Amino acid sequence: MNRSRRRFLIAGSLLGGGLLVGYALRDPDPLSPVPAFAADGRSAALNGWVKIAPDGTVTVALPNVEMGQSVYTGLPLLIAEEMDLDPAQVRVEPAPLDPLYANTAVFVEMLPGDPFGRDPMSVALRWIGRKAGQLIGFMVTGGSSSMINAWLPMRTAGASARAMLVEAAARRWQVPARECSTEAGQVRHAASRRTLGYGDLAQEAAAIAPPPRAELKARADFRLLGRRQPRLDAPDKVTGRAGFGIDVRVPGMRHAAIAQCPTFGGRLVDVDDARVTGQPGIVAIVRLTDAVAVVADSHWRAQRALDALVVQWDAGEAASVSSETIHARLAEGLERGEPIVYEDEGDTEAAISGADRIVEAAYRVPFLAHATMEPMNCTARVDAASCEIWIGHQSPHLVRWFAARMLEMEPEQVVVHGTFLGGGFGRRAEIDIVGQALAIARALPGTPIQLLWSREQDMRHDVYRPAMVAKLRAGLDARGRPRAWWSRSCGPSVARSTTERILPAMASDFPPDKNNADGAVRQRYSFAARRVEHVLVPVPVPLGFWRSVGHSYNAFFVESFLDEVAHASRQDPYRLRRDLLAADPRALQVLDTAAMRAGWGTALPAGRGRGIAFHESFGSLVAQVAEVSIAPDGTPRVHRVVCAVDCGMAVDPEGVIAQMESGILYGLTAALHGAITIYSGAVQQSNFHDYPLATLAQAPRIEVHVVDSGAELGGAGEPGTPPIAPAVANAIFAATGVRVRELPIRAQRLRRADGA
Amino acid sequence: MIVLRINGEAREIDADPDTPLLWVLRDALGLTGTKYGCGIGACGACTVHVDGQAVRACVVQAAVLEGKEITTIEGLDAAGLHPVQQAWIDHGVPQCGYCQPGMVMAAVALLLQNPAATDADIDATMTNLCRCGTYGRIRAAIHTAAARLAGGR
Repeated sequence: MNRSRRRFLIAGSLLGGGLLVGYALRDPDPLSPVPAFAADGRSAALNGWVKIAPDGTVTVALPNVEMGQSVYTGLPLLIAEEMDLDPAQVRVEPAPLDPLYANTAVFVEMLPGDPFGRDPMSVALRWIGRKAGQLIGFMVTGGSSSMINAWLPMRTAGASARAMLVEAAARRWQVPARECSTEAGQVRHAASRRTLGYGDLAQEAAAIAPPPRAELKARADFRLLGRRQPRLDAPDKVTGRAGFGIDVRVPGMRHAAIAQCPTFGGRLVDVDDARVTGQPGIVAIVRLTDAVAVVADSHWRAQRALDALVVQWDAGEAASVSSETIHARLAEGLERGEPIVYEDEGDTEAAISGADRIVEAAYRVPFLAHATMEPMNCTARVDAASCEIWIGHQSPHLVRWFAARMLEMEPEQVVVHGTFLGGGFGRRAEIDIVGQALAIARALPGTPIQLLWSREQDMRHDVYRPAMVAKLRAGLDARGRPRAWWSRSCGPSVARSTTERILPAMASDFPPDKNNADGAVRQRYSFAARRVEHVLVPVPVPLGFWRSVGHSYNAFFVESFLDEVAHASRQDPYRLRRDLLAADPRALQVLDTAAMRAGWGTALPAGRGRGIAFHESFGSLVAQVAEVSIAPDGTPRVHRVVCAVDCGMAVDPEGVIAQMESGILYGLTAALHGAITIYSGAVQQSNFHDYPLATLAQAPRIEVHVVDSGAELGGAGEPGTPPIAPAVANAIFAATGVRVRELPIRAQRLRRADGA
Repeated sequence: MIVLRINGEAREIDADPDTPLLWVLRDALGLTGTKYGCGIGACGACTVHVDGQAVRACVVQAAVLEGKEITTIEGLDAAGLHPVQQAWIDHGVPQCGYCQPGMVMAAVALLLQNPAATDADIDATMTNLCRCGTYGRIRAAIHTAAARLAGGR
């Protein structure tokens, strides 16, 4: 598999270049102390990541936010491992906003080319990406990058802190440091049978210079990493103590509810507030360009008053847009648009036209909402000289940058307080609600305002996973083996839509978006020729990063079509994948593990079918086998999902397993239910009755098998999502002979075909 | 003025009579463990107990609950952790955690009514929504909690 030879044209990076503007070049010393972290009056900070209290409690700076993906548990383990700590000694504190904690891995993922490739070009690009990430210095949580990003800096910080503690003990005992060892938060000198706790040594250690090069543990010496650990955030989350953005309570705080123009791009014309003004508890009515907000002494009063306003909107240009008109544009673009070629190897056209057999199929997927369980909210206080914001956000740095720009303040005048996130999935990387909360708070200087969107606002003003259509074609040889592969998708760009919102000046000449091709290019399957194209067709609907982004639909296209190829040539879908991965032992092990554990090829109860899918995303390989039956009314029931994952090393295996389960349910909701439809420029769905989520009763039994290849670290938060839709669709074909080419899966189609 | 018994204490609340219990708990009493998720009783993030029964606090007016015993996640087990909460921790259930107070309250109510709940009972009763997909672990944790409760903790 020669990956470096493939021509991979270009890619759009979301914020990359833009945020460079206005930021000084800096290359932070990874072990420099960070005053905002160090200053708690009792602990001694050994670097920007580790501080130690006199009682030996070690506080670790958490560079990422916790939105369910278990960074709160997994990342501190990196430091606990290198420092030889008992995890019970460890406390977690959100890192202050500082470039030291910047996420550089997420910028690597945004670059063109293969973020995980080993060829010189990929290595060089990765270096550039890391440098760009350092220069930008932004703390971001997303792109399944937290562990990848933290892996070296946090272990280095832990190893360095350990060396400083050993040196401090050695000096006190007047013995060579090499005679000292560490265990459970203590330094030992075995020869003299003396021990000192880290808490006793912290002040002295903090005065010692970090070693020029801290020795990291070899994998074989890990005691914590790679072993199942209890989740550190679980106790607070089962008692209601965990604080989310919606739970922020600030003295003097008032509550705001908001109604946004139902149509995309529309504006507020007029508000008749006669029935609201002067009512008990009503503080203010604030008019924004495309929304109106009521501020009151409780959220209920604000929401009720909002409902009593008589509001006139100018629907704007998008008013004529509907799902049908959008789909027609995408279908037209797919046939007649000018494609961007993302991958081109060999003469695909000739190879297909000369093939013994050609298989072709077309697919489509709808817009999807994130529907985080915690609706969007933001609390803000603004006065002439300062601003405070309380929010659960995937990039507190972005919040501060945006607020400073909007309020014409210096970033130092803006303080951002983080909270737990009640779900993120990409939605909480947006700044829409921040802008609204600031505008409302600015109208009431000095008063903290908590803006909370109703579920209806949240559903109708999301940034959506784009609708997408695709056509795929394969040329098979006489033995039925696919030799040439061609795919063309058509739809809008998420990165461009995001840039239009955050940095409109940059959006006009936006480059081709790599997200459109993610999961379609750089497949591990070997074909003699392949060509991957995308036709960009903008749509007047705001789009956003939705768990696994381009992989979420490209995996459905690729893995469904590969299944069609297998059946067209009477091959077993698992065997065909094996053949196409024959030169790729890492991929084979994942595929084989899932197939074997699922009992591929063994008998199933009547009416049940098995489907398999394999997909690589965010540096991790995942294979899933789904077992499905169809109820008489056509409703598919997913009984069991067997999942194998290779993310290099599962540093926090419990976290990785939970993320696979989570990714599967997230993708299953999309496969079985998810559809956002547009009519007259507005989203038709409003709440969970018309945008249902998979329920406990619909949840399959899930078995996750972690394959430990020792390869470079991959992500875990997203890779579980892409394969489930095709695995289920392929299982439906196995059970019924009906091919699912459109999501969500429609029970109606299955009932008819079933002949029941 | 509404008078409610919440977590064993009488509380006087100044709220409009149509105010749902959810917003009384969160905004008037600062009991933020009970969450807002949908406002239409569809997701269960706001589940509390009224006289031991699971109730979705976003769709019940506080005023009609005078004289009833209301329990929120904060008052579920004043001594520490209820066996259901402990089972949740042991099974590593929570991810983002937002729906979990409601899930725990729903599960405790289920086991109060039906200490030997089967998978089918759990399917039928646990209709709260979770976006992180913790359902499998919730099912396992309910069985663990049921076994521990049956064994006298």
